[in-house]
Amino acid sequence: MELRKNYFADLRKDDLHEIGQPRPRSDSPGHVTGKTAFFADRNFPGMLHLKMVRSPHHHARIRSIDTSEAEKHPGVVKILTAKDVPHNVYTILILIQIGPEDETVLADGKVRWKGEAVVAVLAETERAAQEAAAKVKVDYEVLPAVFDMEEALKPDAPLVNEYHGQNYYLYDSGECRKVRFGDVEAGFAGADHILEQSYQSSPIEHAPTETTGCVVAPEGNDRFTCYTNTQAMFFTLDNTSIILQMPGSKLHFVGGTVGGGFGGKVDVIVEPIAILGAKLTGRPVCFIYSREEEMQISSPRAAEKVVIKDGVMKDGRIVARKVTGYTDAGAYSRHSPYGAQKGAGHYPGPYTIPNVWIDTYCVYTNRTPSSAMRGFGVTIGDFALEVQMDKLARLIGMDPLEFRFINAYRDGDMKAHRQPTEGAALIECMQEASRAANWPVAEKYLAMSSYVKGA
Amino acid sequence: MAIRRGRGVAAINYPTGMNLGGDPTQALVHSTPTGNFMVTLSSVDLGQGMKQIMAQICAETIGVPTDRVVVDTADTDTGPHCMGTFASRGTHRAGNAVIQAAREARQVMLEVAAEELEVNASDLETDGQGNILVKGAPQKSISIFDVALSAHFKRGRSISGRGMFLIPRSYPEKETGAMKPSTCYAHACTVAEVEVDDETGEVTVLTVKNVFEIGRALNPKMVEQQLVGGSWMGISHALYETTEPYYPNRDHGGTDFNQYLMPGPGDLAETEIIVLERPSADGPYGAKGPGEMCANPQIPAVANAVFDAVGVRIDTLPITPERVLRALKAQAAN
Repeated sequence: MELRKNYFADLRKDDLHEIGQPRPRSDSPGHVTGKTAFFADRNFPGMLHLKMVRSPHHHARIRSIDTSEAEKHPGVVKILTAKDVPHNVYTILILIQIGPEDETVLADGKVRWKGEAVVAVLAETERAAQEAAAKVKVDYEVLPAVFDMEEALKPDAPLVNEYHGQNYYLYDSGECRKVRFGDVEAGFAGADHILEQSYQSSPIEHAPTETTGCVVAPEGNDRFTCYTNTQAMFFTLDNTSIILQMPGSKLHFVGGTVGGGFGGKVDVIVEPIAILGAKLTGRPVCFIYSREEEMQISSPRAAEKVVIKDGVMKDGRIVARKVTGYTDAGAYSRHSPYGAQKGAGHYPGPYTIPNVWIDTYCVYTNRTPSSAMRGFGVTIGDFALEVQMDKLARLIGMDPLEFRFINAYRDGDMKAHRQPTEGAALIECMQEASRAANWPVAEKYLAMSSYVKGA
Repeated sequence: MAIRRGRGVAAINYPTGMNLGGDPTQALVHSTPTGNFMVTLSSVDLGQGMKQIMAQICAETIGVPTDRVVVDTADTDTGPHCMGTFASRGTHRAGNAVIQAAREARQVMLEVAAEELEVNASDLETDGQGNILVKGAPQKSISIFDVALSAHFKRGRSISGRGMFLIPRSYPEKETGAMKPSTCYAHACTVAEVEVDDETGEVTVLTVKNVFEIGRALNPKMVEQQLVGGSWMGISHALYETTEPYYPNRDHGGTDFNQYLMPGPGDLAETEIIVLERPSADGPYGAKGPGEMCANPQIPAVANAVFDAVGVRIDTLPITPERVLRALKAQAAN
């Protein structure tokens, strides 16, 4: 790695003692010698193991659940169904007033994706819990499912989630989050070229080294200590408090070093049911995702579809950009309404464009709920935007890097969401990339500045 | 049939934090009787090294070496509220809270030292080595060790501070979408060079040159580990990863690392990282959040390089050999 101090030297004082020093990480020796403690290193006498009975169907009505055979299985201590969960219908962003509550801790009457939790089995060993889970009999009436976002948005599509009433998230702005800036149709009308293209991604797994999980110990004082690898301690505690209808003062969450998050550990999934199990049995409980659960059950990065329509001039100026983004939330909201909205705040990318129209939709389908992941709401949008930029440059016969200089945002430029640009540095990154990659651009672009007036 | 070479560029920006949800984090700082400092947070270290960075921020602010600071994280009984470690917010939000708490603690420390030295607190400065000196008369000094002892056992002062950093929630305006989704943005430009085998459709990324602008590299070694790791993840997203290879079809999803494709060590490109620093107005010592954005620009840079190499556009991720071959076939048919 190279620090290039010649850029922005006039905006920076290099007078610090501890900051800027490449100090060795204090936790490294523990990591490399295996001494760092992770949540799963906690072990308590009499600890029970929790395993889930999961839906084999993408969409089905539950006619009945029969746990009698499972209960007789040796080692089984407790079996939980929807009726055992005090506040079974929840949504995690209710803490910041983004409702409605739309997801069940344990399925109640219906399943909406293949893998959804239906029954929780607590047993003396992991094996007994797994074997007993296989003996739970659930009678399903399979319902039509929808997997494709465009299909889901059609009026006659199967309804994925009754708590929403339609297959998209209803924002205060309507069926999508909107950004309107300038007059996009007038921009297209005056453009030399129009290019409309569609981009698509598939769900992506966080693939942390350490799978999602927790270990819960009931304390003697009516409190529960939950050792967890959540990325957000109070977020998880407060949601657990709502789901279990238990005062927050009864809950003590202990984290520590996490073996990789990438956004996959901000859903509140394992903790509430494990604490409920500990409460109802009076015994410590551990609930740790298998690798298969981590890959197919825990939320992935949402699949997205992004449609971009641009109006561009022969001289390289983009004069109008219309973006329609679709985020595949899967069966439940989790963090997806936020991600789709974050996308609306990100488009049209780091470029100054006078006419912009943005619609971002959060769409429900019968698949594993998606949620936060590194670059949430932006990563796939950047893929679409930057491939589109390459296509536009080639369309007008311009070098792709020079084309970006012409449109790059600079301090003071008004963004589509009506915030003036501050602290821009795109131009300088491109100047340095031109040098480092030996990708020549015209001298006038090397003389540009994100912040010096007139440069 | 041939191996064809191409290169592509992408430039991006990335917001720090989650302004659209409201974004608070708190920190507490106190000294022990012998002048070590404890930072207490409920923030979570995901392995990226948050504890180390919070220690350096606290040390810089108080004016002591980093090894005099201990960070206690992720305990809801002791640590004050933090929204969580996500949205590239950890260093920025918690760092600002630690600075505020450390400033308050430093002020008490200087007041106690002033009493011991019989001078005004405003005439004192720290030497960064564990001592407090009178400005202009450095021979008149006291160690922070002795100041802490005095505060605890003689003066009855608590050398401690509270820190709170809140970005109030921004509500998008319904019709126009006017909003403030972030307070500062990190930037990047990546140039990727690839080889495409037009017989097998396989893409090999040869080199990735990344320029990242991140406000301030608080710890350059840790910045490097995060940016290199992010760059690898970007390549992985571009070419390999998905839980649903035939999305929207739900079948054929991987359930372990044998089936879920990711690059192995031999698949990783020669990676160059260059860092620029434009300090952000509201960041801790100017830092921005580069945690997420460092994995973004490689994806379009690789896609554009594939086009440069073989003249086909793959607009669906990941860019698998199957997709490349199908596109080449369609191109030949036209």
